[in-house]
This record gives sequence, structure tokens and C-alpha cells, in this order.
Amino acid sequence: MSEVKKVATRQSYGEALVELGKEHENLVVLDADLAAATQTGKFKAVFPERHIDCGIAECNMMSIAAGIASTGKVPFASTFAMFAAGRAFEQVRNSIGYPHLNVKIGATHAGISVGEDGASHQCNEDIALMRTIPGMTIINPSDDIEAKAAVKAAYEMDGPVYLRFGRLAVPVINDNPDYKFEIGKGVTLKEGTDVAIIATGLCVNSALEAAEKLAADGISAEVINIHTIKPLDEEIVLAAAKKCGKVVTVEEHSVIGGLGSAVCDVLSEKAPTPVKKIGMYDKFGESGPAVALLAKYKLDGQGVYEQVKEYLA
Amino acid sequence: MNTLELQKMAVEVRKGIVSAVHAAKAGHPGGSLSAADVFTYLYFEEMNIDPENPKDPNRDRFVLSKGHTAPGLYSALAHRGYFPVEDLLTLRHLGSHLQGHPCVQHTPGIDMSSGSLGQGISAAVGMALSAKLSNDDYRVYTLLGDGEIQEGQVWEAAMFAGHRKLDNLVVIVDNNNLQIDGAISDVCSPYPIDKKFEAFNFHVINVADGNDMEQLAAAFAEARATKGAPSAIVMKTLKGKGVSFMENKAGWHGKAPNDEEYAIAMEDLKKVGDALCQK
Repeated sequence: MSEVKKVATRQSYGEALVELGKEHENLVVLDADLAAATQTGKFKAVFPERHIDCGIAECNMMSIAAGIASTGKVPFASTFAMFAAGRAFEQVRNSIGYPHLNVKIGATHAGISVGEDGASHQCNEDIALMRTIPGMTIINPSDDIEAKAAVKAAYEMDGPVYLRFGRLAVPVINDNPDYKFEIGKGVTLKEGTDVAIIATGLCVNSALEAAEKLAADGISAEVINIHTIKPLDEEIVLAAAKKCGKVVTVEEHSVIGGLGSAVCDVLSEKAPTPVKKIGMYDKFGESGPAVALLAKYKLDGQGVYEQVKEYLA
Repeated sequence: MNTLELQKMAVEVRKGIVSAVHAAKAGHPGGSLSAADVFTYLYFEEMNIDPENPKDPNRDRFVLSKGHTAPGLYSALAHRGYFPVEDLLTLRHLGSHLQGHPCVQHTPGIDMSSGSLGQGISAAVGMALSAKLSNDDYRVYTLLGDGEIQEGQVWEAAMFAGHRKLDNLVVIVDNNNLQIDGAISDVCSPYPIDKKFEAFNFHVINVADGNDMEQLAAAFAEARATKGAPSAIVMKTLKGKGVSFMENKAGWHGKAPNDEEYAIAMEDLKKVGDALCQK
């Protein structure tokens, strides 16, 4: 297991932009003085004329992206999740969401796995904020393969997309020949009957690890990867809830307004089922190594295992 | 159009504003009227547009960054033939394509949704940048309120436009000196406006009377001739221009005339129109 390949999804983002940029001349990348961190510097190295550094002005960048999109080009506006969804929320809502413009928002450094920078930069609210914007597609890929597929799919669809990427290198879990990415389609990674663990982003790997530990305790856990939080794959959620009778959601995000809330929204209306939401429990993060933070806040495999075990007890 | 025709059209645009806001029983007449002349000049003289083909990729663009003065833009669009003038009476009504603030998805001729102040100029900058990236020769115009420039995003956009030397961009500031809470110089003064845009590397054109067609014509010609820098046209105007009881009154920023006031306003405008017909 220690041999497993690890890649940060922000790196996947940068690499995918370069590949797409070769095929599509109308693809433009915007950044706000974070080209090295967001990895759009990779695109800048190949296509300097199509890489627009807006300086440290994220609100302006989002509205500029809207203007560019209105002329038929496809801008990928890139910055940290904190500034993309947080600082520039109203620009995303009014300049991009309301006119439903074809802007792709590449939000890196999401969640507590930002690590040492601490709570000011650890955005645990972005999914909640973006979910409230009508017509916004939200994708939170779980690994390198999924992140690259998501960037391509986002380019290919018409309309605003919020893409959530991480700073921390995370295990590649989708490296199999049958892997297929479809916006709005959840993926059942492991069949189970006792509890359905529905996870997103880097927590998908945590859920898989937790399921292995649960199996050793004789608990059969289903693991579902929800890469697209909006529109949510209601069918897969409802089927898993009906089959298992108990649901656990796992995300590197506040338990308020994220995947857990999205799942509860569906289940409360269509198939009331007990749900345990695992995530950040209405707390700010803190500085520390990303791996240690994930352990402290019980979002790694062991932490998810313990929380599910406790819930089922 | 010659100057007299433009002046006459501006009177019609003003009548449309007053009628629309009266029918809506709400809206923003003051800043619509102060900008009625520039709306008219842009849509009837300056811009390369075709009402029959409002989505032409090569058209010039206009972004109403001060989106609350939508009645002025709608009236200009209607008189230019984008949609029937009668539609103006549906402003702000349920089901109307004329929303309280411009909406690109609803109204023919609108190039960008706006209304949240400070964002429109950035979108206009994005359009101008896009034209530069693909060597398109369309021009982009955006109109800001003088109160609006209190928004920090305006200066983020200005910094970027100046840095990128977007000479296909014209930023117009409607300097009627009034915002909702009073005179801009009393609320939170943005003066000197021209010096600020100069500092952001704009070519600045001061217009002493932005309600004068000949002065507007000279300013837009100068902007068009300017290469290597975006232009800012800072035009002094009269809020509520053309309606006696609205002129230079902050109270008419966002208030509709009642029936009696409406009659007076239309009579005021009729007199202006009649006087122009004597020329």
C-alpha cells in the first residue's frame, strides 16, 4: 500500500489545462497571482498569450472571466477556494451565475488539507456557497484521474462550473480501465449492505480505507464516490439508502451545506433515512501538516472508520 | 444622425424613461435622465451595432455598469428598434423582459447582466481583453455612476485595463454628483475623478457638459483616436435632466413620479422637443 501513487489534484488541473489548451484555441486561463500554487503556471509556460494574470484582485478576475465568456471564449478562472467561492462569491453569483455564463472556476487549496497556512486559507464553506447559486455545477474530484476527466468534462459542457481541487498529494484510486467520468453520475466503488458511505474529494480514499477496516469487524459498507455535488446523482443516493438503511457522508468541508446536506435534502424528501454527516463540525481549521490535520479532524481512513463505528454502535 | 436629430431622439428617450418608471411605479429616473444623452449618442451614432442581429460577434459592446439606470438603456434600445417602444410600459412588471436591472438572457440588445455596482466595468474589461486576444476590432463601452466608483472593484478593473493598454475600451463616468444619500462629495468623495483614472494609466477626457451632443461627439472621437491606453470620459451631467422638478435632486434617484408629476414631466419634455422642432 505504501507504493501507491499520489498526486495533488491541483497538479492534475494544471496538466489538464495544458492538454485542453492544445486542442482548443478558445480556452483562456486566468489567475490572481497564484500561478505556481494553482499550477496554471504549467499552462502559462506553453501558452503565455492565453494566460491572464489579473494580479491580486479575485473579484475583478471573476467578472473579467464573465466578460470573456460572453464573447465565446472559455475562461478557467483560478485561485484558492477561499477567494474563488468566498471573497468573490457575489461576483460569481451576479457576473457568472445570473447570466449563466460559460465560466469554469478552478478553485484549488480547498479544505483543511491546505495545511500549514492555517484557517484563514482553509476553505470549508465553498461547496455550501456554490450550491446556492442556480445553475452552478460543482465537481469535487477524488484523485488525479478524476480531476483531469473533470476539467475536460467541464470544458465540454456549456455553463458555469465550480471545480474543487486540493493542495495535498492524494492516492490515485481510479486507475482502472473501466473508469468513466460523467458529470452528475456517482460511482459505486464498493458494494455493501450495512451502511452506505457517501464521500467526495480526498475523503473518497478515506472512505475506502474505512470500509476495509469495517469489513475486518464484520461490517459491510458500501462506498460511493460523489464527484459531482451539484447536480447530485439522486438515484445512486436513494438506492444506497434503501439498500443499507443507514447513510454516512464524508467530506473535507463543513457539515453545514456541503455533500452531507445535499444528501439529506434528497433523502428527507424522498426516502427518510438516518444520516451521519462526517466533516468539519462547525469549526475553523488550524496550522499543521495536512496529513496530521486530516487525522486530528478524523477525516482520514482511521478517523472515518472510528466515526462510522461509533455511529453504528 | 446629425446633432439636431440626436437631440430630438434624446427627448424621445427621456419620454420613454419617464413613462416606463411611471408605469412601473418604481425605478431610477434621476440617473437614467442624466445619461439619456450618452445612451442616445452611443446607440444612434457611436456604436457599430445592428438591432436585427443583436448577437453579432463583431458588434461593439455596451455594459451598463450602473445597472439601476436600466430605464435609460431600455428606452434607447427600444427607440433603436431592438424591441417595441410599448414594451417600456412593462418595466419591472411580472413576466416582462424588462427586469429592474439589465439581464442578458431576457432583453434583446443587452450585452451583460448588471446591477451589482462595480462588476460591469470588469465584465467590459473582459470583453475588451477578449477582442485583443483574438485580434477582433470591436470596441467596448461601459457607463459607471460617480457614486459607483466608490466600489473598490472599479479600481481593480481600472488597474487591469490600464496595465493591459486596452485602447478598445471606453469607460464613461456619469458625474451628476448625486448618490442616494446625497452629494458624492459629502457622502464619500471620489474626487478628483479624472486624476484617479490618469493614475491608472487611462487617457482621460473631461466633458464639461455631458448633456451636450456636440461635446459628447468630440469626446468619443478623441477616445476612438486614442491608441495604447484605455479612455475614460468623465462627463459632468445634471441628474434628472429635462424634468424640471427632478433636476439636481438626490430624492429622484430611485423614485417614480405619481400621475400628476408624470403629466408635468411629459409636458416639460414636450416643450424641449417642440423647441428643437423650431430649429
